[in-house]
Amino acid sequence: MTHADAVARAAATPGQPQPYAELGLTGAEYARIRQTLRRRPTGAELALYSVMWSEHCSYKSSKVHLRQLAAKTPPSAALLAGVGHNAGVVDIGQGYAATFKIESHNHPSYVEPHHGAATGVGGIVRDILAMGARPVAVLDALRFGPATAPDTARVLTGVVSGISWYGNCLGLPNIGGELDFDRCYAGNPLVNALCVGVLRHGDLQIAAASGPGNKVILFGSATGPDGVGGASVLASAAFSAAGESAKRPSVQVGDPFGEKLLVECCVELYAAGLVAGIQDLGAAGVACATTELAAAGTGGMRIRLDAVPLRDPTLGPADILMSESQERMMAVVEPAKVGRFLAVCAKWDVRAAVIGEVTDTGRLVMSWHGEVVVDIPPASAADGPVYHRPAKRGADTDALAADDPASLPRPGHGDDLRQALLALAGSPGLADTRWVTEQYDRYVRGDTVLAMPEDAGLIRVDEETGLGVAVTTDGNGRYCRLDPYLGTQLALSEAYRNVAATGARPLAVTNCLNFGSPEDPAVMWQFAEAVRGLADGCAALGVPVTGGNVSLYNQTGPAAIHPTPVIGVLGVHDDVRLRLRIRFPDGKATIVLLGRTEPEFGGSAWAHVIHGHLGGRPPQPALDAERRLAGLLAAAAAESLLAAAHDLSDGGLAIALAESCLRGGTGCRVRLPGDPFTCLFSESAARAIVAVRPGERDALAALAAAHGVPSQVLGSVGGDSLDVEDCFVIPLAELAAVHTRTLPALFG
Amino acid sequence: MARMIVEVMLKPEIHDPEGEAIASASRRLGFGQVVSVRQGKRFDVELAGPADEAAVTAITQLARELLSNPVIEEFTLHAG
Repeated sequence: MTHADAVARAAATPGQPQPYAELGLTGAEYARIRQTLRRRPTGAELALYSVMWSEHCSYKSSKVHLRQLAAKTPPSAALLAGVGHNAGVVDIGQGYAATFKIESHNHPSYVEPHHGAATGVGGIVRDILAMGARPVAVLDALRFGPATAPDTARVLTGVVSGISWYGNCLGLPNIGGELDFDRCYAGNPLVNALCVGVLRHGDLQIAAASGPGNKVILFGSATGPDGVGGASVLASAAFSAAGESAKRPSVQVGDPFGEKLLVECCVELYAAGLVAGIQDLGAAGVACATTELAAAGTGGMRIRLDAVPLRDPTLGPADILMSESQERMMAVVEPAKVGRFLAVCAKWDVRAAVIGEVTDTGRLVMSWHGEVVVDIPPASAADGPVYHRPAKRGADTDALAADDPASLPRPGHGDDLRQALLALAGSPGLADTRWVTEQYDRYVRGDTVLAMPEDAGLIRVDEETGLGVAVTTDGNGRYCRLDPYLGTQLALSEAYRNVAATGARPLAVTNCLNFGSPEDPAVMWQFAEAVRGLADGCAALGVPVTGGNVSLYNQTGPAAIHPTPVIGVLGVHDDVRLRLRIRFPDGKATIVLLGRTEPEFGGSAWAHVIHGHLGGRPPQPALDAERRLAGLLAAAAAESLLAAAHDLSDGGLAIALAESCLRGGTGCRVRLPGDPFTCLFSESAARAIVAVRPGERDALAALAAAHGVPSQVLGSVGGDSLDVEDCFVIPLAELAAVHTRTLPALFG
Repeated sequence: MARMIVEVMLKPEIHDPEGEAIASASRRLGFGQVVSVRQGKRFDVELAGPADEAAVTAITQLARELLSNPVIEEFTLHAG
């Protein structure tokens, strides 16, 4: 237990070689630590700085770009807590607030898909819990390699089983997300988990250690050797081609039943007013929680690392600091409340230990059996280095843009169009996702109003008033590969539109930015363009970014993934009883297309599925039109003019009609208002189809005109086929078979 | 007909929440001497032929590819 590398010893042995490079620190970063401390760091300090200054925790490559998200977004009165907190919090009215955030667990999910994805859910739930909220739902945005590749079956089945195991055990409904496949994700799947929580305004918690004398309590699971070094070594080290045979990083195993107890324990602690500050433990564990709490609070903290409850008694101070053991939280508690705090923990069978106290010294001091092993200014670790990495437009960008899909052969007559629609409807990225979503409990807690495959998930917040929140995630790596600025705005537009299509008012944005190595100037350019696109897009739509996560080094060898920002949007429903679903109704209704269609096929599902083609320009975002469309949908929902609404995105009108028909088993008969191919497969933004209730056609037309949204009557619902006049007829039974058989056939 | 037994345990450094739950239930039931529990799986595999070298090789492969997850688990093989 002794022989720790204490501060006194470090001061006396300045020349001792240290493994900073193995821990992922550069020579310059190591020199900066020595300069800050005016001596060499101890082993524990080196461990702490290495995890805190990893890309994953410090955002050192991305920070200079992310600043514009806050700077450009218009001030929003709805924002109760913004970027920089564990998660953003927005006012949703009636005294309630909602908090939501999305985070990546990509690399762990490739190494051990089941537990990697499961702990991704657990981690984001604790972020939400740390804001003072009760977590109420999760969503997962998943991207894998080609559906037919053998490794995809290993990764996908493991990831889905991990998400369903953790979420179902925890008792949280999984209400939405995405599933897509592309060659670029073969060695690097994207597993992005979003959690939504709800709280009363007064319950908002902050992650700050304020008030000298207040106690620091670590509670939840005991600390083990889980993912030691993972924060820097795992999250920031690209997989090499030979990576699979290299030493595997430690895998974390989650405990959803332990997390459930932690959730209930925290909710009771908040209600009893026993918490002065709180932080979840994720990547970089105790190192991160202590430095961030101290840096955000009075500025000092004294910690006894030997007081940390251990699962493995052989762990030393550096291991304890770096451990990523799951299901742990750290709270700051007034001394007079410690007894009651510990009693609540004991009631929930949650282990808790006082491991230190807040000071006003401006130093984070940690001891190990009486010896001081860490003595640092906490902000020096919490703030970290900032890099202005070189960014340069990729050499192939122009060639890619010039490779216009206009040159691709197009389906000429009805039967070709019919075949193209069926091919898209059965392609893995557009096929029925029930094989995945039926493994998730979508209705536990009894407040789920909408879940997959609706445009957005919708959760009721208040039983009496019907207040609810709608959430969705969207991303499109193909669009972003063609143009990261426009592609990111399209992802934002789609998420915004999806939420609006349920009748909700979009309120706030979260993002998970999945990119390749920031050390590649072409990737850095993609990143810079994506963030600029997101910031400008949010400003134009008037919705603030409330938080998010950056995942870099998503690549296999020199090949980076498509730039894949995944955007989450949260909206509010004053009364969920007025929500809109995608299913065409049984009775009579008129189908109306809202928005303007241009011939836009760059990065489209049609080019991808039919021709394996990626080139040209993505569709032009139409942010002002999105805003007007959203306003129209909310107004039409509030006036009960509509029986259904569905946004148009991947696969255009063809896929939207197919999904709306299949969802309710009711067909439709439509006449296309222009070139059939363009009408069916273009992916122009700012569009939706709606089914208008009988007698409300004129009211909708007037409302659309008032909102400045073009509207065209396409036809009417009814029958048992998708009937496109003068083109083709597809019986719903045939369409359903093609749409639903894909995933079961692949993954069984 | 021969039988082989495959026993699969989580690697010692991997967290075992199920084992921990069993340990705490043990103490709750009055088995105060129980300090910790690690739990695993046992497979009794019946063979059509003898447990010769070829069979051992085959069952080792089975244990590695199907019965265990080599990323987080280890297994032992012995005659039944």
